[in-house]
Amino acid sequence: MENGKLMDKNKLTEKSELMQKSKLIDKSKLLEMYKTMQLIRLIEQRINDEYKYDEIKTPIHLSIGQEAVAAGVCIHLRKDDYIFGTHRSHSQYIAKGGDIKKMIAELYLRKTGCAYGRGGSMHLVDPEVGILGSSAIVGGNIPLGTGTALASRLLNNDRVTVVFFGDGAADEGTFHESLNFAALKKLPVVYVCENNFYAINSHQLSRQVGDNIYKWAQSYGMPGFQIDGNDVLEVSDYAAKAISRCRNGEGPTLIECLTYRWKGHIGTVDDVGEGYRPKEEYDYWISRCPIKRFSQYLKDMGVLTDELVKKIDEEIYGLIEEAFHFAQNSPKPSPDELLDFVYAD
Amino acid sequence: MPWTTVQVEKLDNFFILGDFTGGRVLTYRDALHEALDQSLARDPRVFIMGEGVDDVAGVFGTTKGLKEKYGANRVFDTPIAENSLTGIAAGAAMAGLRPILIHARMDFLLLSLDQLVNHASKWCYMFGGKVTVPMVVRTISARGWGSGAQHSQCIQGMLMNVPGLKIVAPATPYDAKGLMVSAIIDNGPVMFVEHRWLHKTTGYVPEDLYSIPIGKGVIRRKGEDITIVAVSYMIVEALKAAEKLQEAGISAEVIDPRTLKPLDEKILVESVAKTGRLLIADTGCKTGSVASEIAAVAAEKAFHLLKKPVKRVCCPDTPTPTSDVLEKAYYPTAEDIFTEAVNLVKE
Repeated sequence: MENGKLMDKNKLTEKSELMQKSKLIDKSKLLEMYKTMQLIRLIEQRINDEYKYDEIKTPIHLSIGQEAVAAGVCIHLRKDDYIFGTHRSHSQYIAKGGDIKKMIAELYLRKTGCAYGRGGSMHLVDPEVGILGSSAIVGGNIPLGTGTALASRLLNNDRVTVVFFGDGAADEGTFHESLNFAALKKLPVVYVCENNFYAINSHQLSRQVGDNIYKWAQSYGMPGFQIDGNDVLEVSDYAAKAISRCRNGEGPTLIECLTYRWKGHIGTVDDVGEGYRPKEEYDYWISRCPIKRFSQYLKDMGVLTDELVKKIDEEIYGLIEEAFHFAQNSPKPSPDELLDFVYAD
Repeated sequence: MPWTTVQVEKLDNFFILGDFTGGRVLTYRDALHEALDQSLARDPRVFIMGEGVDDVAGVFGTTKGLKEKYGANRVFDTPIAENSLTGIAAGAAMAGLRPILIHARMDFLLLSLDQLVNHASKWCYMFGGKVTVPMVVRTISARGWGSGAQHSQCIQGMLMNVPGLKIVAPATPYDAKGLMVSAIIDNGPVMFVEHRWLHKTTGYVPEDLYSIPIGKGVIRRKGEDITIVAVSYMIVEALKAAEKLQEAGISAEVIDPRTLKPLDEKILVESVAKTGRLLIADTGCKTGSVASEIAAVAAEKAFHLLKKPVKRVCCPDTPTPTSDVLEKAYYPTAEDIFTEAVNLVKE
């Protein structure tokens, strides 16, 4: 099985579970990362459950299973740092501190949504926290994030940009053009590849020779790493280093995070079994659930208890209930708004 | 000397009398240079990027010396990666800067369509105005001297179909400076269409900074018998034709839309109301051209005013040939405009 290679290689990163963890993160932030991951998971499960009622009239791309990447990276970002996400960017929006009520309202295409119902799930925005808009064109956000990083350099400030994209984006010219430009100009940008191995149903190995996206970094003159994207502490460690490099004017970094989406490419379907992803591959990744692994770690450390898990979940369910209530009871845009915002004022 | 410069140096000087008279006479090229120079001085958010913008030639002289004056952070060369450069400029614009991205050939713009069309132009609408993309994309069409199929295209007609993208195509030095300033201060993406053969034209240009409203056309020459709407360089050919038409006893009104999108429909309809005849000259291929769009506006809003069918004078629907013989046959000239105008008025 082609995928075996990837899985075996990924197993090598399990050593990180044994190594001394979380050197680069304040202990108080450990719980914060857990909460973020759990928030992403539970919100997306709720979206998954509500989708069948056909009131969320927009394509959705769930990142259940990939929560550790956004959580581990964004924990190190300031409010005024920038991120750019993709069609699958609920997780990044949430981790960066985007307004959840406005996100759910956007999924319901309401006037109260973060893009007033014009964007939908694939186009989330919250400039207040540095989310300048996600792109649904594969690789389309990579130049944009390179551009905000250029602005940071030209304006001589220390705002960092993180661009999140999938393994499919590494097929695109924008990935290569942008990495070259960022390295050339030593821009404060971190390229985070969420490699979940699939572009819709097309496996990485049917699109790329080899499975080492991170190695491109070397050609472009920047550090590149392939890490276990389901280990939030490993993500956090590498992100902390990369972001710190940016703040110190040392230029860009590429971090390839190996991870796995549990749901199908789009909507709420499962795409496991004959003709789709192999069941054993899916089971393997389920066993590596990033939240299960991290919560066990936190429990072993005595940071998390069953009681605290319950309390956190209750808080999160409260937020979710509030957000869905807000969204479902918000007005829709009116037809006379159709021509607004074609041009900026 | 670059081959297009050889070609342009061979052209006659053409003086265009614009709205503004008096003071200095500048070339279109120097007017653009002055607009960029003064804009860089006025607003620290403005910067210029593009392939070769800081080299000795300085984009046909329009950016010459600006790097030396404003530094390599404000005027800089780039890798040859048009699509990502467009996105990088857009990202910088989202973060509060005002980039001017230059494509020395309009043909190269085609490599950037994803970032221009899917991203920069749609961003404001897609996010309800929360994030804006104030950037200028300068693009220059060449013509002649065997430029051939990939160094001479005029694709402004194709890009009129892009929601959210404003397109200006100034024909005079006065408009070149004023519309460049308008493009820079606009809060959204503006494509600035130049024609290499206009760079040498001369006209009166004020020394101060000024802007010309985007979306406003101008009457270049008043007339009674026929309206000639001419785009970009075709203004030069149209004005020559109008002169000859005058000798033949035909009074032609020449309209310069200056902005292609949003188009000044009012000036068009008012002129057709007066003349009842419409000829449109564009620098691009005929099908789906700016001329097509202007003809459609006339059909929708001025059909009852037309005495004759509308006539388009454009390049044929072929790639540009390189042979000097075929090239001559390819490009419409003042002679073609004259002949078609006479047919419309006399038939």
